[in-house]
Amino acid sequence: MSQQYNPVIGLEVHVETNTKTKMFCACSDDYFGKEPNTHTCPVCLGLPGALPFTNEEAIEKCMKIGLALNCKVAESSLFERKNYFYPDLAKGYQISQYRWPLCVGGSIEVTGKNGKKSTIRINRAHQEEDTGKLTHVEGRTLIDFNRSGVPLVEIVTEPDFTDTEQIRDYAKQLREIFRNLGVSNADMEKGDMRLEANISVRPVGQKELPNYRVELKNINSFRFMVAAVEFEIKRQIEALESGETLHQETRGWNEAKHETYLQRSKEEANDYRYFPEPDLPSLAVDRDLVKKLQEEARAALPQTKVDNLVKTYGISQESAVTMIRQGSDPFFEELVAKLGQTGISSQIVASMIINKKIDWQDLSTDDVVKQLKAQASQTALSSDQLEKAIDEVIADNEKTAADYKAGKENALQALIGAVMKKTSGRADAKQAAEIIKEKLK
Amino acid sequence: MPCALASLGARVRNDIFINMNNLTALSLTETIEGLGKKEFSEAGLNQAYGERIKKLNPDLNAFLEVKENKSGIPAGIKDLIAVKGRQMTCGSKILEGYIAPYNATVIDKLKENNISFIGKTNLDEFAMGSSGENSAYGSVKNPWDKNKVPGGSSSGSAVAVAADLCTFALGTDTGGSIRQPASLCGVVGLKPSYGRVSRYGAQAMASSLDQIGPITKTVADARKVLEWISGPDAYDSNAVSASFKSTNRKDLKGLRVGIPKEYFGKGLDAGVEKVIKVAIKKLEDLGATTVEVSLPHTQYALATYYLIITSEISSNLARYDGIRFGSTRDKFGAEPKRRIMLGTFALSAGYFDDYFIKAAKVRTLVKQDFEKAFEGCNVITGPVSPTVAWNLGEKISDPLTMYLSDVYTIPASLAGIPGLSVPCGFSQDLPVGLQILGKYLDEDTILSVGELYEQATNWNKQKPRLQTPERSDGGQAKL
Repeated sequence: MSQQYNPVIGLEVHVETNTKTKMFCACSDDYFGKEPNTHTCPVCLGLPGALPFTNEEAIEKCMKIGLALNCKVAESSLFERKNYFYPDLAKGYQISQYRWPLCVGGSIEVTGKNGKKSTIRINRAHQEEDTGKLTHVEGRTLIDFNRSGVPLVEIVTEPDFTDTEQIRDYAKQLREIFRNLGVSNADMEKGDMRLEANISVRPVGQKELPNYRVELKNINSFRFMVAAVEFEIKRQIEALESGETLHQETRGWNEAKHETYLQRSKEEANDYRYFPEPDLPSLAVDRDLVKKLQEEARAALPQTKVDNLVKTYGISQESAVTMIRQGSDPFFEELVAKLGQTGISSQIVASMIINKKIDWQDLSTDDVVKQLKAQASQTALSSDQLEKAIDEVIADNEKTAADYKAGKENALQALIGAVMKKTSGRADAKQAAEIIKEKLK
Repeated sequence: MPCALASLGARVRNDIFINMNNLTALSLTETIEGLGKKEFSEAGLNQAYGERIKKLNPDLNAFLEVKENKSGIPAGIKDLIAVKGRQMTCGSKILEGYIAPYNATVIDKLKENNISFIGKTNLDEFAMGSSGENSAYGSVKNPWDKNKVPGGSSSGSAVAVAADLCTFALGTDTGGSIRQPASLCGVVGLKPSYGRVSRYGAQAMASSLDQIGPITKTVADARKVLEWISGPDAYDSNAVSASFKSTNRKDLKGLRVGIPKEYFGKGLDAGVEKVIKVAIKKLEDLGATTVEVSLPHTQYALATYYLIITSEISSNLARYDGIRFGSTRDKFGAEPKRRIMLGTFALSAGYFDDYFIKAAKVRTLVKQDFEKAFEGCNVITGPVSPTVAWNLGEKISDPLTMYLSDVYTIPASLAGIPGLSVPCGFSQDLPVGLQILGKYLDEDTILSVGELYEQATNWNKQKPRLQTPERSDGGQAKL
């Protein structure tokens, strides 16, 4: 009988935060799709004599991310230099964090296979900078430093994942959090958000971690990551079953062949020679600021946000979740506020957004308000139709009508509600109220 | 006239030449005064220096690049400080042909004070050296004796000032690179407190120690340049926000001068020791009280320093990876290669705790030594260098002996405190510098001590005799 194995998986997520300027210089952070090497300066090009200076907006956004993941913001945090050679690394080192990360010790609940909920511990969320970008053209390599020095937050979990559903859910939740916090668009295709997984397997019942791990790198979609992890679990179990010893190594994903492949073995692994960045003082963290950011982070958490939307607008849980995932919830809130007392219910607005009856990505809320009002007037009831509906409602609700006559103001609302229902929301509530009042004088 | 001066040997009292015909001998302060009084023009001033450079530089090799301007007061800039549009070799072949596309903060600040840049000065490659012999562009010569080294690494800056090739110069000091060549060339050199002057635009050797500072003809000039270049800078996060303020101390009464016993032991040349002791006596004559102090961790400072700086160097020079800047890594000279290797080793997994971390801890102890010593004194004085200038080639093949020549300057660098070298006499006809160390950010006191000492002794007026047609015909400069 063969041995049963459990996967042990930890994730590293890199997210570029959408600050105005880069992490350590004043160049614009908005580099995507721009002409190569136009968003550069002595600092992000690593020219002789240039020195870094810390972008406070980026530090705030990193703290927000950490706080949203229930991390603590460290009392004292320090940048370090991660030394390695690569042509896209202008200074020959990356300014990163190692021993003194900004945010430590968080957690997040994920849903795995069969809907099972479990807690993933977050080791850290730290601040670092992105590298330049290499393009290989006709046997030559071009370097674009526009991305060099863009703020990057790295979120590292403990090896708490045991199945790929958890990974998918974790990555989706992170993306929502980033978007809700307004710290990143988290667009994987643009490279805003990148995933790396550390995978090993161990016999069921074994408590200690395996003495190796395989790092999966440079995978640019949720789907590929899930496929790669699944492939890797299978490959590792098969290897162990056939008596092989597994080693520390880095692997990539070949989508065409649908398999992982060796990129770098342990012998070639870098010794990053971390040491404290002498050009930057330690980060002074303002505790009042942390408090403020904590509130903002909580308000932006998906569940808190869902609850708020449901409570405030009386829409369904499902609609709230969908809009948050779409990122259409700010549009929805703005639109509802502008529509005011037009009689179009919030739930109808939400449904229209979700079902793409309202083009929220391209139109302004003002445009939509105009559009809806125009439609409403076209489909509005004629006064005859309205009067007819009201008559029917009064006939069907004799007791309520009597209550109103007896002076119960609440009863009016119930009648209006019934009219709205009868007319599928097409009636003008104000007009209906006046007619009811008239009829029940 | 030459007969009357013969008794001074190689030294020439030059102050009697200070007149309209010898603008290059003027101090910065005198130059500003002269320009203010319209005694001469900026164009004439620049021309006078330009002509002198043409005559003397081929021999001294102080400047790597010269640009004669029409205006401004001409200063020499160590060639690892960025001046927009000008070459910046850092004394290395790896940066040959590199033109800096931006100004260092100190350069912008000097420009605001009507300073122009007559040349980029030679240096030990990437500021690594104590003799000027590590430059990839040839050794710099000591103007007092061209067979001797000028000290380093701000070799060209010290020589350019000593030989009157510029009004003043900027150097950088990581472990003594301003103070030691100033001492060996008989000029004033100030290493400010760490953080006093923005490092933005100066190629880093060891980022946690590097400071830009002036090399000048008088202490008053050093004070003036520090006033110009110091202050907070958004581009250097370690530049402190407090700006430098001068108080004018009139005498040394009540001043307590600490004499560290560790700076007067084995290795200190007897001739140098004698000169230093006479200088200290002079401070007492001027009203100061001397007290013995102890800096017990001095013996560990050198080892600590070389672990920290090589670690930082290995990272700071990683950008010269052969991909940009046009040259491959084989263009690095022997000393940068040695330090990159040492530093890479010290930071490596398995060695980091034993080397870098331990060094960082000893550095704190060295700093505490000074804090304790300063509880009982206002300044600390001693020699800058254990010897006077040595022969070219004498120590170049023995790096450890070379490293020992910075043994008295390194501790203050580790502690981040300011240090001044003031000319205080001669031994074997070569200049000796008195080192005056101050509390962190207390440049004012060491400058005051230096200034009062200088006024009482005039050692700074001694100039090397350089055989030039200009001098023999009375220093004609076309105005």
